[in-house]
Amino acid sequence: MEKRVAAVKMRNITKTFGSVVANDKVWLDIYKGEILALLGENGSGKTTLMNMLSGIYFPDEGDIFINDEKVVISSPKDAFDHGIGMIHQHFKLVDVLTAAENIILGLEGKLDLKVASEKIRQICDSYGFDVDPNQKVYDMSVSQKQTVEIVKVLFRGADILILDEPTAVLTPQETDKLFAVLRNMRDAGKTIVIITHKMHEVEDLSDRVAILRHGHFVGDMPTKNTDAQEMTNMMVGHSVNLNIVRPDPVDPQPRIEVNGLTVRSIEGVLKLEDVSFTAMSGEILGIAGISGSGQKELLEAIAGLQPVESGSVCYIEDDGTREELLGKDPLSISEMGVTLSFVPEDRLGMGLVGGMDLSDNMMLRSFRKGKSFFTDRKSPRRLAKQVVKELDVKTPGIETPVRKLSGGNVQKVLVGREIASAPKVLLTAYAVRGLDINSSHTIYDLINQQKQKGVAVIYVGEDLDVLLELCDRILVLCAGKVSGIVPGRGAKKRDVGMMMTRLGGNNNE
Amino acid sequence: MNKTKQPLFHIVKRGEMPWYFSWGIRAAAIVLALVCCGLISTIVTSENPIQIFVTIFDGSFGSSRKFMVLLQNTAMLLCIALALTPAFKMRFWNIGGEGQALAGALASAACMILMKNQPNLVVLPCMVLTSIVAGALWGLVPAFFKARFGTNETLFTLMMNYVATQLVAYFSVVWENPKGSGNIGVINPNTMVGWFPEILGNKYALNILIVAVVTVAMYIYLNYTKHGYEISVVGESERTARYVGIKVEKIIIRTMLISGAICGLAGLLLVGGTNHTLNSAIVDGRGFTAVMVSWLGKFNPIWMILTSFLLVFLGRGAGEIATDFGLNSSFGDILTGIILFFIIGCEFFINYKLSLTKTSKKEEK
Repeated sequence: MEKRVAAVKMRNITKTFGSVVANDKVWLDIYKGEILALLGENGSGKTTLMNMLSGIYFPDEGDIFINDEKVVISSPKDAFDHGIGMIHQHFKLVDVLTAAENIILGLEGKLDLKVASEKIRQICDSYGFDVDPNQKVYDMSVSQKQTVEIVKVLFRGADILILDEPTAVLTPQETDKLFAVLRNMRDAGKTIVIITHKMHEVEDLSDRVAILRHGHFVGDMPTKNTDAQEMTNMMVGHSVNLNIVRPDPVDPQPRIEVNGLTVRSIEGVLKLEDVSFTAMSGEILGIAGISGSGQKELLEAIAGLQPVESGSVCYIEDDGTREELLGKDPLSISEMGVTLSFVPEDRLGMGLVGGMDLSDNMMLRSFRKGKSFFTDRKSPRRLAKQVVKELDVKTPGIETPVRKLSGGNVQKVLVGREIASAPKVLLTAYAVRGLDINSSHTIYDLINQQKQKGVAVIYVGEDLDVLLELCDRILVLCAGKVSGIVPGRGAKKRDVGMMMTRLGGNNNE
Repeated sequence: MNKTKQPLFHIVKRGEMPWYFSWGIRAAAIVLALVCCGLISTIVTSENPIQIFVTIFDGSFGSSRKFMVLLQNTAMLLCIALALTPAFKMRFWNIGGEGQALAGALASAACMILMKNQPNLVVLPCMVLTSIVAGALWGLVPAFFKARFGTNETLFTLMMNYVATQLVAYFSVVWENPKGSGNIGVINPNTMVGWFPEILGNKYALNILIVAVVTVAMYIYLNYTKHGYEISVVGESERTARYVGIKVEKIIIRTMLISGAICGLAGLLLVGGTNHTLNSAIVDGRGFTAVMVSWLGKFNPIWMILTSFLLVFLGRGAGEIATDFGLNSSFGDILTGIILFFIIGCEFFINYKLSLTKTSKKEEK
């Protein structure tokens, strides 16, 4: 093996939050000129570890060496001084400023936009970025914003870049572009650490993987010597099955019929235009599309949470009776006897109450039951215990506020509650966003179980590989319009990707 | 070696801790506060600090009359704080307790004055009803505008205070007694129409009893009823509330009706049970102090008994030092401020700890 130079050495790093040990005596080396994929389940301490490198947190114990020199990083500025830059999951940009203004924001010294723009152009040219320094951030797509974040970090002279789940919000095409740029940067001698849950990206991009489990460092190896199965097993600590099953739908009947649905936002922007489709019982209908193409509005319109301009959403009972759902709020929909479950995108902002404990969150759906003026605390507690047991939710107890749980466990609580009401229709939005591979598979299994019970599942997803493996049919949205509906079996990732960016897809090029 | 300075300590969030630990910190804060107060008293007034503390204590416990006044004032403050709490739990910042209580006080005084020839059996129920309705109405107005048009409830409830104050000032002149004084004076001093009956020979007992009942009822309402649950959900996240089909507007209006009604009740107790008169200062800033009581008590009615007691105790003590030592009355307020600073500040140490930075002993291999 060639000689490697460690750019960063982390030694005995320990970080605790109260009684929770996020990192326990972690040793990690990051070598110059490599792309390191940092893997681990949700809550295994990846982001915490990288936050200590970028100056967000300060370690309780342990030392950090940059180029063999011991350093103290107690603020993001210290991190920049040592050439470390982090691109967070949530972008930190000022919407009303231009790309160049955002990039130089907070820098000391004379403000010279011209010089800055010139330097930005140079950076863009050398790595193959595509940024217009004078474009306002509010005019940018998610991927452009991300590019600005990366350029911002490079502009400050970072040699070590940390990217926290950078592809979660990108289309496959954008991901490919990002990866090309990252490879260019590696070849130019930069060091890159990427945190991701998507195994095929790890295999595609990284040179080496390092794995954390429950805050401990479990091991590292060159990517070419391993595979998704082995990495997953190391992350989880035992062997897991990575195949997504797709049972054939049994006796599918129309359940939800959407016709000519058009939705405008409060600002008058067209979010959905003339969307029509039918969701069948016992099948999973996938919704693909670039984020913000109207997925949220579509699900919320069906759930009675989104005012609609025109169109209709019909619920069809087993005996063929049709009921219009539009114009009704969630309460009247459930009073009609339509059991519609909805796992929204924003789990803690919409589906759950972060400050309440597990059993109080279970009560959200059931608290109205009965005539009594007082709440029934027993059955939600029973349900909470059942969900914790059946879905293997990792929590200190059912009295723990859900905000304190990790992402995967929060999602299990939410999905567990939603399917506990034995729904006829299950709407899910980005059900596995931010979840590790093991939790994701638990969620897929749960969704499949619902499908086999005859539930009509509408699954909004962002990982095309999963959509193609899991769904019976895939509806592709492009800027609020239906770009096409394709059968899940045999669909090509490239074709679906094209349909996401262009109505109907596959035209010319 | 590098030159970067290792920070001496850093702030770490604490996890779960046993109850005696947090109470130990609070107790330590109070001791520190008293030491600090003693030092300042000695330096500023050159009085014996022990003497000053004894006097503070005397202010509340010096005689049985003083003790009853302490309990009565605690009850009144607690009553308004209880009224504000459901609104606060809903994140509706009702700082209009003052006005809502004044509205209630005005309604009960009106009953006493306009029905002075009726028997108490008729007047008292009328007072209860009108004062509660008046308080609720004062709460309803900002709630309605918030629910309908999304107006800012803080400004709105605050402005409603001034309306109530001016109304009371107006009626003070209309009902002035004796003529030309501009004050209402004690209402029905001879017939005692509309005065609360004494219980066991104690004129404040009924007030205290009523507030005790309200305290327990509010505790149950917030923690064990469907309404209380809806309030918590709306407070934590309006979107979640809508998602499960809770009608947020309805909850806002209903909760503010309750909040205002209890403030109105406090106004009734002040007029019918305590002062038997009406003036625009009758609520005496309790509408605002109650905000602090509610927050310090973490919106828990049972804790709020303690916090309201503490605030009244400090206030009474401050007044006592001012008279006993012939000090400027602001000096008492300074001491109260110091003690509150320590009590509120110690919450930081309950949530966080400062930990010394440890460097690992192991050298690089």
